[in-house]
Amino acid sequence: MEIITLDNFRFVADLLHQKTGIVLSDEKVYFVETRLSDLLRNEGIGSIEELIETIRRGRDAALEKKVLESLTTNETYFFRDVAPFEALRKVVLPDIIQRRQGERRICIWSLACATGQEAYSIAMVIREHFPQLASWDLKIIGADYSREVLEKAKSGTYSQFEVNRGLPVSYLLKYFIKEGDRWLLKDSVRTLTEFVEFNLLDSRYSLPTPDIVFLRNVMIYFDLETKKKILANVKNTMRRDGYLFLGTAETTLNIDNSLERHVFEDNCACYRIGQ
Amino acid sequence: MKVLIVDDSTATRLILAGMFRDMGCDVLEAENGEEALKCIDSGEVHLAIVDWNMPVMDGLELVNEVRQREECKDIKIIMVTTETDIDKVGKAIDAGANEYIMKPFTKDMVLDKMRLIGIQI
Repeated sequence: MEIITLDNFRFVADLLHQKTGIVLSDEKVYFVETRLSDLLRNEGIGSIEELIETIRRGRDAALEKKVLESLTTNETYFFRDVAPFEALRKVVLPDIIQRRQGERRICIWSLACATGQEAYSIAMVIREHFPQLASWDLKIIGADYSREVLEKAKSGTYSQFEVNRGLPVSYLLKYFIKEGDRWLLKDSVRTLTEFVEFNLLDSRYSLPTPDIVFLRNVMIYFDLETKKKILANVKNTMRRDGYLFLGTAETTLNIDNSLERHVFEDNCACYRIGQ
Repeated sequence: MKVLIVDDSTATRLILAGMFRDMGCDVLEAENGEEALKCIDSGEVHLAIVDWNMPVMDGLELVNEVRQREECKDIKIIMVTTETDIDKVGKAIDAGANEYIMKPFTKDMVLDKMRLIGIQI
């Protein structure tokens, strides 16, 4: 594997923080070496030195983006943690449906959606439990910084390993088609979703106003200032009576205390703008 | 919790048995469906992890047999098998398996599926 100098590591870490908000501490040298070594092979570049030198010259924006994308974490699976999807089904969606009877429109964000399993899990919950929404204007928007993972999300195609993780078998049978050794989501689920390239650090969020936001297992990668900025952006964009889901280990405490915590079954929590 | 592992592969039984013992479960092992039925008759089983392709009595036959017994209706069954054909997955669920994992598997997959069928350890 390629070795990175401390100077080059810090250059990459600074660039990543500046462009995505993700913080890489010095003990992540090995992680960066591993990820960049994979990128070198794919791009046919001789060494990390050569790669960083090209980025430093600032003449290859596409390569810079690939470097940054290679350093993001894309761990996700269907129905991760289960409880948020139960809360969505039992409490959050029934409440939002009640509130939106007049306009019959619901928008849900799955931020930092990676390969799309969260967005599709939401879509499957809706197809399975809320047939009355079939005539509503309903959109689940999966958004991520990385083009590569978005392409996979858009394809709606997953490996056996991926459908084995967290997906109830009844949903596999109902909403997937097997094509060779891959599993393809049916159109009834895919048509509810849309995937877009998006940076959480953007000063204004240009996505349609959401009623429900999933921002799970993302904030852990950011420093306090970045967390504050992102939460402020989400809060300013979402509907005043909307719901925000964070990851199990994440909180708004000491970041934005104006968001109220609501606890559901299994200690699952979501956040709402104080009314 | 008592877990029954039914697989003709010694290696797979070893992996699964170790995993469940580490979680504090009592583990029973069987090499085929017939042996599994004897284990079920000998004591209360809460969860059965069942392979499909086994000699003597295969996993699908075992699931069918277990589901015909009133006293076994509460046993949760997760099929863990190399069978990946969607029709076969459907057959296992129709027979009464609660969940299905396609080999190769990881501990996380098993834990996720257990959670889906209401088993928390």
